[in-house]
Amino acid sequence: MSATRTTSAWKRITESRLFYPLLALSLILLFDLLFVPGFFRIQVIEGNLYGSLIDILRNGSTIMLLGIGMTLVLASGGGGVDLSVGAVMAITSSVAAILMNPVIIGVKLPPDLLRFINDPNFTFAPLWEVILVSLIVATLCGLWNGVLVAYARIQPMVATLILMIAGRGIAQLITNGVRIQIFYEPYAFLGNGWLVLPFPLFIAVFVFAVAWIMTRKTAIGMFVESVGIGSRSSFFSGINEKRVKLLAYSFCGFCAGVAGLVASSNIRTSDASNTGLYSELDAILAVVIGGTLMSGGRFSLLASMIGALVIQATVTSMYAVGVPANAILAIKGLVVVFVLLLYAEQIRSLIRRFTGQRRVQPS
Amino acid sequence: MAEANGHILSMQGIYKAFPGVQALEDVDFTLLRGEIRGLVGENGAGKSTLIRVLTGVERPDAGTMEFEGEQVLIRSPQHAQALGISTVYQEINLCPNLTVAENILIGRAPGKSWGIDWKAMNARAREILLGLDVDIDVTETLGSYSVALQQMAAIARALEISSAKVLILDEPTSSLDLHETRQLFDVMRKLRDQGMGIIFITHFLDQVYEVADRITVLRNGKLVGTYQAASLPRMELIAAMIGRILTEFDEMGKIKVESGKRIEGQALLQARGLGQTGEIEPFDLDLRMGEVVGLAGLLGSGRTEIAGLLFGVDKPDRGTVSVGGDPVRSFSPLASLKRGVGLCPEDRKAAGIVDDLTVRENIMLAVQASRGWFRFLSKQQQYEIADRYIQLLNIATPSADQPVKNLSGGNQQKVILARWLATNPQVLILDEPTRGVDVGAKAEIQKLVLSLAEEGKSILFISSELEEVLRTSHRIAVLRDREKVTEFAGAVDEQTVMRAMAGGGS
Repeated sequence: MSATRTTSAWKRITESRLFYPLLALSLILLFDLLFVPGFFRIQVIEGNLYGSLIDILRNGSTIMLLGIGMTLVLASGGGGVDLSVGAVMAITSSVAAILMNPVIIGVKLPPDLLRFINDPNFTFAPLWEVILVSLIVATLCGLWNGVLVAYARIQPMVATLILMIAGRGIAQLITNGVRIQIFYEPYAFLGNGWLVLPFPLFIAVFVFAVAWIMTRKTAIGMFVESVGIGSRSSFFSGINEKRVKLLAYSFCGFCAGVAGLVASSNIRTSDASNTGLYSELDAILAVVIGGTLMSGGRFSLLASMIGALVIQATVTSMYAVGVPANAILAIKGLVVVFVLLLYAEQIRSLIRRFTGQRRVQPS
Repeated sequence: MAEANGHILSMQGIYKAFPGVQALEDVDFTLLRGEIRGLVGENGAGKSTLIRVLTGVERPDAGTMEFEGEQVLIRSPQHAQALGISTVYQEINLCPNLTVAENILIGRAPGKSWGIDWKAMNARAREILLGLDVDIDVTETLGSYSVALQQMAAIARALEISSAKVLILDEPTSSLDLHETRQLFDVMRKLRDQGMGIIFITHFLDQVYEVADRITVLRNGKLVGTYQAASLPRMELIAAMIGRILTEFDEMGKIKVESGKRIEGQALLQARGLGQTGEIEPFDLDLRMGEVVGLAGLLGSGRTEIAGLLFGVDKPDRGTVSVGGDPVRSFSPLASLKRGVGLCPEDRKAAGIVDDLTVRENIMLAVQASRGWFRFLSKQQQYEIADRYIQLLNIATPSADQPVKNLSGGNQQKVILARWLATNPQVLILDEPTRGVDVGAKAEIQKLVLSLAEEGKSILFISSELEEVLRTSHRIAVLRDREKVTEFAGAVDEQTVMRAMAGGGS
């Protein structure tokens, strides 16, 4: 009971949910500092910032977006997971592309439309409509997952596997199997634009803010955690656990939709078979690195965001030291193992012993 | 027999602290060979912590331990088992989807170097259980048997592990009926006569007196003393446990009579021919304002089923129920909550507390559920409500931000009570609110029930302890074999109610 001020402050830091994700991120950046010359160099070109660090923020935006939605799904418990986010990204990008540029799919359109194909100002539907409709479709995809999980009581992994497999097919159907190029400049700005910092970062931060307000300034966050920890106790307390799960999966779909828009804008194409490929795994890893348990319960959106940065920082660093693209997945796996080890109780008690702390909670 | 009466286990000057709580302070504990030791104390007295230290789950901050005359530091539960210290916990830690035999012998299954000799395993499991006078099919899954039989399997497992020299039973009888309890006591005596040291933790003082040779009392993490059971008057034991004389029980009788005068004539909750096929036969039940109605009946007689129907956990398939004169159409906990009906469920761990959430959040859940997603109570309002109930119900917690799993059983129960009281319900259904709760907290909860009735609420009080049903209830409904058989109003003695519960006119 005679803990000094400094040790209790230190304890507060290490007990924080952000501690381990931040520790992992700092270690990766430390590696860069030592082994990658110029990694921390930031250039200013026409008022915009460029550099490896900025790349991490830009390329990490999609994982961040997916991670936000995935956090709620994992936290809602019952083995909650959404494997379909990558496929939903593909669907969204197809919907967006077809709305901007419907000419290719064989629908008979007036011949003069062809003139506009390389015109950076041409779009069939206005931008707000493209975004709105795409995101509605994405949210409906999430809703579908939610219905299967909450009402049909199918195991989340199986339920979302359905859309994971079928989703890419649906995305192909929408564009009739064609990759649609996107010429419309304002749309391309979503994934490629810069306002001092990369524009996708602003989108990710905005969605994060929305999610944070939604979960922490309403009862939703507490209900998600409560359902994730004890669904039966929550039910007995009058919480409508099905609706909570429905919301979590729908919001996850929405986030995947935003990620899909950013991704397709980034490559200026709708690519049904490659957009968001394997990104569901990145998203799940980001959340797990952020300390949310696969079994549900307490979650931290900010920690998931940092988790996403850990993953992206790893990838960017590996490219920077010249690891071949094929080998990067293996390195990524090593980093994930390392971070998860930080969460293992054995390792933690080792760290605590090292820093002279005692085990704190009776489990 | 000199050796057989020596110390088998000795703990000296044990200290253990958790954040905000000194759980054990300078506790000495010695156990002899061939004795049954009752370990009693209120919730939070340190019984569980002492056991956790003894079984290697927790390490003491200070103190020494001797086992069979040699100094030891018990490093882990496995280590404790290897030494010969076996434990059966209050909550059964077995796998309901494995067979009984698998549960008993898992990890030590007989067989060759590979594979399991299932026949030998089942035979061995059967043999062990027969030693406990339990004759069941060991190839059935554990979950298909009653909690009582599961408990027996847990004990069988504990005995089977190593050659147990010390057996710790943590609240083993809380879900056993009278016969099963006797059976367990017989087994305990048999093991004692074989020279085993048994530590028996319970809240049932009758049982302590019945089976224990000596009684050790803990209070607030400190050792009060160890007494010969035969020469310790009951009132002195209670006084040692709670540190004050119990006048509450007398007081309660008066409150009950007083509050009984204020019962309104009209029923607040009225069930007519309500029933669910296979679960509970159709029954009529009235709960009037300011009235405590007790539900008496044996385990499995349909008490919990009635609670479930009235609260809307289950849907009735016949009959009607109305609250405040309005017929109920939608059955769900949320709908009940909005009607002003609350339930403290029997299964505190699975259906009551949300263990990783804080005390504050646990108290807020039902209130917030009734307000919906968006009318979110601010942190400040939440703390106000939580702190008010922590004070009102005397919940022992370092702060409202403590995860509820760190609280003792009785305090968890109070948190669930607080959750419902915060919604200001008209009808409160309490299903075993005092199970696994110590004497002091029990009296507090019973008093609270009566004072709630005085405020004009209707209470349905379910308990397997007949004494407390009699003490608190203005009216008692008796259940037998999933059917409501009779109702007693006014003063009635224990024998009459018991006869009704047992049936057959005997």
